[in-house]
Amino acid sequence: MAITSAPAASRVTGRPAPPPAGSPRTGPGRKVRDNLTGHAFLIGAVLCFAVFSWYPMVRGVVMSFQRTRRGETTWVGWDNYLRILDDPSFWTAWQNTFYFTALALVLGYAVPFFVAILLNEFRHARGYLRILVYLPVMLPPASALFLFKFYAYDPSDAGLFNAILKALGLPTSQWMQSPEMTMPAMVIASTWMNMGSAVLIYLAALQNIPGELYEAAELDGAGIWRRIVHVTIPQTRLILALLAMLQIVATMQLFIEPLILANGAGAEDSATSVAYLIYQHGFFQNDLNGAAALGVIMLVVLAGFSAVYLRLTAKQD
Amino acid sequence: MAQDSGTRTLISPAQLRRGPGRALYWTLLTVVIIGFTLVFLGPLYWMVTGALKSGQEIAQTPPTLFPQDPQWRNYADAWHNLALAKLLFNTFYYAAGAVLFQLVLDTAAAYSLSKLRPIFGNAILGLMLATLMIPAMVLIVPQYVTVIDLPILHISLLDSPFAIWLPLVANAFNIFLLKRFFDSIPEDLMAAALMDGASALRTLWSIILPMSRPILGVVSIFAVTAVWKDFLWPKLVMPSPETRTVSVGIYAFAGGTPMNVVIAASVIAAIPTVVIFLIFQRNIMSGLTTGGLKG
Repeated sequence: MAITSAPAASRVTGRPAPPPAGSPRTGPGRKVRDNLTGHAFLIGAVLCFAVFSWYPMVRGVVMSFQRTRRGETTWVGWDNYLRILDDPSFWTAWQNTFYFTALALVLGYAVPFFVAILLNEFRHARGYLRILVYLPVMLPPASALFLFKFYAYDPSDAGLFNAILKALGLPTSQWMQSPEMTMPAMVIASTWMNMGSAVLIYLAALQNIPGELYEAAELDGAGIWRRIVHVTIPQTRLILALLAMLQIVATMQLFIEPLILANGAGAEDSATSVAYLIYQHGFFQNDLNGAAALGVIMLVVLAGFSAVYLRLTAKQD
Repeated sequence: MAQDSGTRTLISPAQLRRGPGRALYWTLLTVVIIGFTLVFLGPLYWMVTGALKSGQEIAQTPPTLFPQDPQWRNYADAWHNLALAKLLFNTFYYAAGAVLFQLVLDTAAAYSLSKLRPIFGNAILGLMLATLMIPAMVLIVPQYVTVIDLPILHISLLDSPFAIWLPLVANAFNIFLLKRFFDSIPEDLMAAALMDGASALRTLWSIILPMSRPILGVVSIFAVTAVWKDFLWPKLVMPSPETRTVSVGIYAFAGGTPMNVVIAASVIAAIPTVVIFLIFQRNIMSGLTTGGLKG
C-alpha cells in the first residue's frame, strides 16, 4: 500500500494544498497516486453498479427497440411497443395497477399515519406495540401470502375472515374468487405485510415536532382534530410527501401478491398487474424484448409521477 | 428513538393524568394492545396452529381455535418433502455471502467517497444515487439478460451464488447510509492517522471501522433480510431445485402439496427472520428511522 501523507487540508477542502517547492514527494505525481488509492477503494462497488445497474438500464432501452429470434438480433423500431399495446391484457393490467395503487394510498398510506399518531400518545407498552406493527415486515412475503391465500381468504365459511364476518353477522365474501374483492383483498394483505416501516418512520418524524406548537395550539382553543390538521400534518409534510412517492413507486410494482394470491391473473383477469405482465412476456412467452418495452413504459409513467411530485413539493416550500 | 416520557405530544400530559382523561387513556391503551395483538400476532398464531390441524379439521365450520389433535407430521412432512434443510442452507449461504460482499465493497466505496474523495467521486456518487429512482421491476429483464451472458466475459451466472451476491452490492442506499456515517467521523482523526504515516487501508481498518460498528450492524441485518425476503430475482437466476431459496422452493412445491404442509413450510421459512428481528429489533428500528429518512 502506498504511503499517503498528503497535507490534511486537501482532505478537508477537497482541493490540494499548495505543495512545498522542490519536494519530489509532492506535485502532480502525489495527486495522481492519491486519486488512484481513492479509485482502488471504489472499483469493486463501481463495477457492480456498472454491470448490474447502469448497463442494464441502457440495455433495457436498447432491447426495447430490438428483436432477438434464434440468436439473431435486429432493429425493429417501435414494433415491440405496438405488440405490447396490442396485448389484450395491457389496459386491464394498467387499470388494475392504478386501482391497487389508489386503494393502497387510501388504506396503506392513511392508516400507518394515524396508527403512528395514536402510538405516539401512549406512555406504556411502546416497545411492544412497535414490535407488533413491524413483525409482519420481517416475514418472507411468500410465507405471509400463503397464510392469506389458504387460511384468511378461504372462500368457504371455514376461512378465518369469513368466520369472523359470520360471527359478526356480516355477509361473507368469496375473496380471491370474486373479481370485485380481488384487489381489496390484495391491498389488505399488502398493507398488513408492509405498514410497519411507514409507522416507524412516521413515529420518528412525530417525535421531532416541538411540543410548544401543540401547547400554543391548545391555548388558542384548538381541539385534537384541529391540532392534527394545523400542527401534526404541516410539521411532517415532507416525510408525508416522500412516503407518498415511495409508496406509489412500490405499489406500481405489484407482483408477488397477484402471483401467489391469485395464481397470476386472478378471477376474470382481475389481478393481472403491469409487473406481472412483464414477467409473463419475458419469461413465459419468450418475449424478452416486449417485456423490456413494457419496462420502459413503466419507467416513463413513474417518471411522470415523480415530475408531478417534484412540482408539488417545490411549490410548497 | 429518544425516551420522550417528558415531551409534549398531541394531547397534554396533564389532561391524561386527570380523572376522565386518565380513564380514557387506559381504556384506549387496553383496546389498542388487544387489537394490535389480534391483528398482528393473531394471523401468526393461526398460521402456526393451522399447520397442526388435519385436513378435515381445517375445512371445519366454524374453524377451531386450538388444534384438536395436533398433527406434528405436517411439519415433519414439510421438512422432508420440500427438502427444507437444503433450501434453508442455500438461503443462509446466499445471505452470508451478501453480507460479506456488501460489507467489504460498499464500505470501501463509502470510505473512498467520504474520506479519500478521488476525482469524479461526486459524479460517481450521483450516478449511484440515481439508481434509487429506478424501480426494480423495470430493470428485471435487462438484468436477467446481463446475468445469463455477462458483458466481455460471456459467462452465465445462472445457478451461481454470484448472481445474488454481486447485484446486491449495487445498493445505493447502503453506500449512502455508510457515507453519511463516515462523514460524521471528525477529519482530525483522519489527519492524525495520516500524520503518523498510516495508509488509507490502515486508517479504514484501525480507525473508521471500529467506530462504525452500529452502522455496519444495520447494513448486515438489512442484507440478510433482503436476501431472505427476495422472491422474483432468486426465482429467475436460481432455476434448478438444488440452488433454490426457501421462498422459491415453497412456491415451487405449493401446487402439488397439501395446504397445511405448505403453511408448515412457510412457518419454518419465517422463523430465521423473526428470530433475527427479535434479537436485533433495537438496531433494526433505529437503522430504519435515523439512518433512513431523517436529515
